[in-house]
Amino acid sequence: MSEMTSSSAGEPRGHAIDISAIERAAEDRTLDDETVALTVKDLKLYYGEKEALHGIDMVIPQKRVTAFIGPSGCGKSTLLRCFNRMNDLVDSCRIEGEIRLENMNIYQKGIDVADLRRRVGMVFQKPNPFPKSIYENVAYGLRIQGINKKRVLDETVEWALKSAALWEEVKDRLNDSALGLSGGQQQRLVIARTVAVKPEVLLLDEPASALDPLSTLKIEELIHTLKNEYTIVIVTHNMQQAARVSDYTAFMYMGDLIEFGSTNQLFTNPASKQTEDYITGRYG
Amino acid sequence: MRISVREWTAKGDPYVWMNAGAVAVSLVMVIGLLALIAGRGLAHFWPHAILEADYLNQDGKSMLLIGEQVEVESVPADQLRSGGVEVPPGVNFMDRWLIKTGNRDVLGADFRWFLADNIRNIRYPEGLMTLERREWGDFKGYLLEVKEGDTTVASGEAAWDEFLVRLDRALDLYDQIHSIEKTEIGSINYTIERMRLRERKLELEGEKTPQAMADIEAIRAEENAKYENLQQDLIDLYAQINRDKIVARAMNGDEVEIELSKIVRAFRPNAMGIGDKIGHYFSKIWEFVSDEPREANTEGGIFPAIYGTVLMVIVMSVLVTPLGVVAAVYLREYATQGTLTRIIRIAVNNLAGVPSIVYGVFGLGFFIYFLGANIDDAFYQEALPSPTFGTPGLMWASITLAILTLPVVIVATEEGLARIPRSVREGSLALGATKAETLWRVVIPMASPAMMTGVILAIARAAGEVAPLMLVGVVKLAPSLPLDGNYPYLHLDQKFMHLGFHIYDVGFQSPNVEAARPLVYATALLLVIVIALLNLFAVGIRNHLREKYKALEM
Repeated sequence: MSEMTSSSAGEPRGHAIDISAIERAAEDRTLDDETVALTVKDLKLYYGEKEALHGIDMVIPQKRVTAFIGPSGCGKSTLLRCFNRMNDLVDSCRIEGEIRLENMNIYQKGIDVADLRRRVGMVFQKPNPFPKSIYENVAYGLRIQGINKKRVLDETVEWALKSAALWEEVKDRLNDSALGLSGGQQQRLVIARTVAVKPEVLLLDEPASALDPLSTLKIEELIHTLKNEYTIVIVTHNMQQAARVSDYTAFMYMGDLIEFGSTNQLFTNPASKQTEDYITGRYG
Repeated sequence: MRISVREWTAKGDPYVWMNAGAVAVSLVMVIGLLALIAGRGLAHFWPHAILEADYLNQDGKSMLLIGEQVEVESVPADQLRSGGVEVPPGVNFMDRWLIKTGNRDVLGADFRWFLADNIRNIRYPEGLMTLERREWGDFKGYLLEVKEGDTTVASGEAAWDEFLVRLDRALDLYDQIHSIEKTEIGSINYTIERMRLRERKLELEGEKTPQAMADIEAIRAEENAKYENLQQDLIDLYAQINRDKIVARAMNGDEVEIELSKIVRAFRPNAMGIGDKIGHYFSKIWEFVSDEPREANTEGGIFPAIYGTVLMVIVMSVLVTPLGVVAAVYLREYATQGTLTRIIRIAVNNLAGVPSIVYGVFGLGFFIYFLGANIDDAFYQEALPSPTFGTPGLMWASITLAILTLPVVIVATEEGLARIPRSVREGSLALGATKAETLWRVVIPMASPAMMTGVILAIARAAGEVAPLMLVGVVKLAPSLPLDGNYPYLHLDQKFMHLGFHIYDVGFQSPNVEAARPLVYATALLLVIVIALLNLFAVGIRNHLREKYKALEM
């Protein structure tokens, strides 16, 4: 019910996407013009003996949306999880090469991984709210940082929920369990939770793949507004989605980065045959 | 026909029937068990009618028989003949009755067998009464007169009412005396003992200054003054309570004088209506669960045993929960999964299979003789040579049972931790939480229902254990409760009573087997109820937690 009412309220923003698409096409930026947020240098990743990423080199531009596309198992999620060292949780995983966040190699010794993850937030495929109240979910990251002042928490929670376009739907039931929200609301809550700690980079790992089309639309609108503040990297299966939301797109295949460029160019005039085959649906 | 059997099998019907049958058998067994112990135990409290009859003795003389019929048994005539009883030829079996005659002081035994054939003229006169006494068991017989000092106050029919009024007064006085002796004088003794220990401690530490001694003496003097006052009160009360007595006639014709201060309860079951009987029944049950035992545990209540059982289980839970949870968290979350953790897990699981008496021996040998003795040396020097913790007690019993139930908690917690979805952990880590923060803020709360399951199983196991407790702290009669009004309130060094051991003690160690038997059933029923209540309490907590963290279906 609330989904329906809020979607009609969000109509103008749907319109905004089309305008920006036109703007983007007109602008036709290239990577060289952008400020760099993340630099990946010769990144190799092994699961045990098996090499899953074969030396990736790329830059992620600041305050832009970069999409990773490619068939299942191509390594796009694995690469995404390298940016906040989520792969550390996998015992057999080993990494060579480097990723720089503002000239700091995030894989060098002595890096505070918790601090890195505060700067590089992540949203997962399935909504994963904690079994706590909506308020406590959003406040979680702040409490971890030792912020317990009620006023600061209240303000940040409100701001984060507004950023995630969820405030209007939940403002009267902040103390209800987050598990009572719908899937789409849960995913926006998770985004609010991530935004609340004010990260520099937002990693989105197929954020809409478990959601219905309406909720997907909302998430896409949200990505569009969030890119003014955050560098966003999104992994998606859905090429239309990549085309709709991203400024730059990377196509990966079998652990290699095949092609990386502005979304406009990659979808209209791909340089590689493999990319063309994939985006025209010939394989993958 | 064959094909239809195969179809029947293929549809799965036989398995449904088999499973349903197994459930039905289990249910019947559980209900049967409960019905048996409830029936045997609860019937004991009913005021059974007292019969009066003429009994033809072996030597042909008739005697008066007064008592309650307890049991009827058929015995082979040969057995009786070899016992020297004359049985007419041609008779193979004879009935005999077990009759509770009471009057142990007069007759020598409470329960006696009588041949049914020789019991004549059975009647139930209303004037027959049962007196429950503080010692010597029940008295059954006729009330003749009530005396105040040496003067008769009432006799004949009027005596009963007068007796009841005076008995109420005596019971009131008894309560006062009991409360003074137990609570107030007990507390004074406790304080004086603490002063003695403090003095000894100062002496040992070489700090026995006149100042400190003066303090101690002041407290002592104060307590002694209190004691003198109470002593005076007691003398008055005793004088009052010993005022009245009754004269009653037993079945052998002896007239005995019984002081009212020795009587707990008096009733005339033959004269009671059904309402009176029900009232009596429930007041007996209440006495059973709320009073202290009398007469080598065969009379009175079992309150200290309930109290001890519950307290021991609570202390055990408080000890085992954190220990088991921490161990499980380390095993599951921190330890590198490999051969070593596998061996540890197998060892933990095997611990659950070790016979409980082995834990008792371990507790006695390690905790009490080694740890306890060392604790006494280090901290309770002043009380030596009498041990404080170097002797069985509540703490050691709880710790021993905590170790006994530790595997259950570890296994349950580990399973709970394993069920927490990876996505939730990742969600927390991705927000910049460390592993420890993720554990304490998200994972452990979510796994708490599983931990409660472990605690429930631990409670169920610990509350029913008896064997190890006999070695590490349970006694048949504890002089005081392990949790009372004397600082520091919870006395972990004290010995305590336990329902399970009480059953064993009453059932197997009692001098009065016949009197003890119904109590065994009643106590067993109570033990089951106590365990069920403890479990329900824990299940309630678990369901509450489950409701709170029902995110696991993600």
